[in-house]
Amino acid sequence: MSKSAYSTPGKKGKFDKHIIVVWVDNEAGVLARVVGLFSGRGYNIESLAVAEVDAKLNISRITIVTTGTPQVIEQIKLQLRKLVPVHKVADFKREDKNVIFKEMALFKLVGNVSKRKKAFNACKKYNAVILDKTNKSYVVQVTALRREIDIMSKNLKKLGLVSVSRTGAVAMTRGAETFK
Amino acid sequence: MSKLSTGAEIVFKCLEDQNVEFIFGYPGGAVLPIYDELKNHSSIKHILVRHEQGAGHAAEGYARSSGKPGVVLVTSGPGATNVVTALTDAYMDSIPLVCISGQVPTHLIGTDAFQECDTTGITRPCTKHNWLVKDIKDLSRIIHEAFEVATTGRPGPVLVDIPKDIQFQKTTYSKPKREKKLNGKKHNDFNQKDIDELIKLMSKASKPIFYTGGGVINSGPKASTLLRELVDATGFPITSTLQGLGSFPGDDNSFLGMLGMHGTYEANNAMHDCDLMINIGARFDDRITGKIDEFSPKSKKVHIDIDPSSINKNVKVDLPIIGDVQDVISSTLKTIKKVKPNFANSNKQKISKWWEQIQKWREKKSLDYVNSTETIKPQYAVQRLYELTKGKDTYITTEVGQHQMWAAQHYKFDKPNRWMTSGGLGTMGYGLPAAVGVQIAHPKKLVIDIAGEASVLMTMQEMSTAVQYNLPIKIFILNNEYMGMVRQWQELLHDKNYSESYTAALPDFVKLAEAYGCVGIRATNPNELDDKIIEMLNTDRPVIFDCLVDKQENCFPMIPSGKPHNQMLLGPKDQEQNKITGKGKTLV
Repeated sequence: MSKSAYSTPGKKGKFDKHIIVVWVDNEAGVLARVVGLFSGRGYNIESLAVAEVDAKLNISRITIVTTGTPQVIEQIKLQLRKLVPVHKVADFKREDKNVIFKEMALFKLVGNVSKRKKAFNACKKYNAVILDKTNKSYVVQVTALRREIDIMSKNLKKLGLVSVSRTGAVAMTRGAETFK
Repeated sequence: MSKLSTGAEIVFKCLEDQNVEFIFGYPGGAVLPIYDELKNHSSIKHILVRHEQGAGHAAEGYARSSGKPGVVLVTSGPGATNVVTALTDAYMDSIPLVCISGQVPTHLIGTDAFQECDTTGITRPCTKHNWLVKDIKDLSRIIHEAFEVATTGRPGPVLVDIPKDIQFQKTTYSKPKREKKLNGKKHNDFNQKDIDELIKLMSKASKPIFYTGGGVINSGPKASTLLRELVDATGFPITSTLQGLGSFPGDDNSFLGMLGMHGTYEANNAMHDCDLMINIGARFDDRITGKIDEFSPKSKKVHIDIDPSSINKNVKVDLPIIGDVQDVISSTLKTIKKVKPNFANSNKQKISKWWEQIQKWREKKSLDYVNSTETIKPQYAVQRLYELTKGKDTYITTEVGQHQMWAAQHYKFDKPNRWMTSGGLGTMGYGLPAAVGVQIAHPKKLVIDIAGEASVLMTMQEMSTAVQYNLPIKIFILNNEYMGMVRQWQELLHDKNYSESYTAALPDFVKLAEAYGCVGIRATNPNELDDKIIEMLNTDRPVIFDCLVDKQENCFPMIPSGKPHNQMLLGPKDQEQNKITGKGKTLV
């Protein structure tokens, strides 16, 4: 007999990565409600992106990347839908080909011109744009997938990368349809 | 132009339009304008408690026994933090509460002002929703919305935090509007196909069981009436959770008693062996399921619940039906009457073997205990209390622990809303203030708190409230000088190391009663118990009844942790072969 008043944990299912998109009333404390739900119930947040998307209707769109068993993901959606300021909740599997995921990152590169050029060239396939240029430095913007930015920020270290700033993922379905 | 009202006036206009009759509260600096306004609203009576936690539990008792939302009024800072336990309790047990708290003036928010705390931050995880009113123009809308949120869907507590300057400001009052459901949140999300599927499962089952919970009570008294019809129409056995007691008559032959950790042998074994489990308004709580992996392995599971997030949260089910219990049962009954008008009779043969099996489990008499002529056994005390009060339409509250389980096992309820206990949060100190709230809602009825001496000391100060308002509540303490359930676990699982579970100094409860201005009665042996209980019942004042019971008694049967339903630990009569406890000497 276990020495606890509680049951022992059962078998854990396989973890999947999901992108949860939540449309909420843009009011005080709404983000705290959403992230408090995650921390309070022990769900993961890998990344988070939030901004107002409709100033007239006062709607913000929150994009959360999370991992969990199918049961946990289902709970996340149902619990989110119970929050009073939540209008709708969409859930995309990370592998879903019908959905576009993007993150943006800013890289500050410091070094001589040839080193910086080399670094910029390495970024090129990720829609790289130089936003700021001095004798010694570039600030480069890229948009890519999370793991691509992970790899980039590792590889650019030797090419003068001194600072990284990145957003959480945002998501949108392909085609003419919108999520209802 | 219409008349301008202050924020404080608007609070009361809202309460009046929401038909609020009682507020449970405690004044303080940040709510003084609201308290000042109280005198102008004679239809609303304020009940002054002695601690804000007491206000919260009293409002819960009021809500659970009346079906109406409980209203709490507290000040900022400590007033708000003191009510957090009660809000969490109400959240866990789905009790509608509207808590109004004062807050420091808006220009001081965030400055660590006197009696300031982040009330909406602190109460966010223990309310369905909360609001900080920053603009007087929002006040009436928010309070009306607060009542809407608290009482619709799965009920629960809400909080409205009102800064002091907002209470003074003026605007026009607006009446509640019949609004569309908040952001598309709806009650019923089932259709006839679900009901047809349920009836198909019912007619296929040879070992069915109804497993009912607090959702039946929350759905209103009509739901309990319909549940009785449903049991009649099917002939299926029924068991209930702690919170569901009273929705079905406790002495009916179809009723297998409570299930779960301290449920009956027949209820738990039937849950384990059934081939169809119909969960009506319960939530597969861990005290019910035992080990999840081995929970009722052979059954098809149906779950009727108003809260979609309850579905598949702990246990995967085969047929979820999302809706208000009353509406779902009503549709089910209609369909049965239409397609299988004689279902109970035609199906009798099919489930007769099942009933025979249940009868065998019943013969174990799992609630039996070894009685004594010298000391009062706590189970005996509850049984005598039941026998001497049945037929009086008694309202029972409890604290938390062994006494709570004994009350649930041995007191039989036949109506909903008569049983108020803290199940989800398990709050010691719940029962006494809850009894205050119940007596406020039902001034002429008999209200008894079946208590333990440790629990009741946590909110004992509310006796003073009971005396102030002449509330003749009866505090029936099963006094064993231990935190009994803690002691029981220590005995069974921690090698009898009774670490800090004995209260070496207890007050004299009879003198304490006298000090509060109420009546103290003590029973020390079984021979005088009945007379003393009758004396208590004949006293038209608040009573503290100090019932000195066996200090060693354990609560059985029980499902040991980590075990499935069919591996119950039975009481002393069955324990002679049981090595885990081996405490025959104290029990014989």
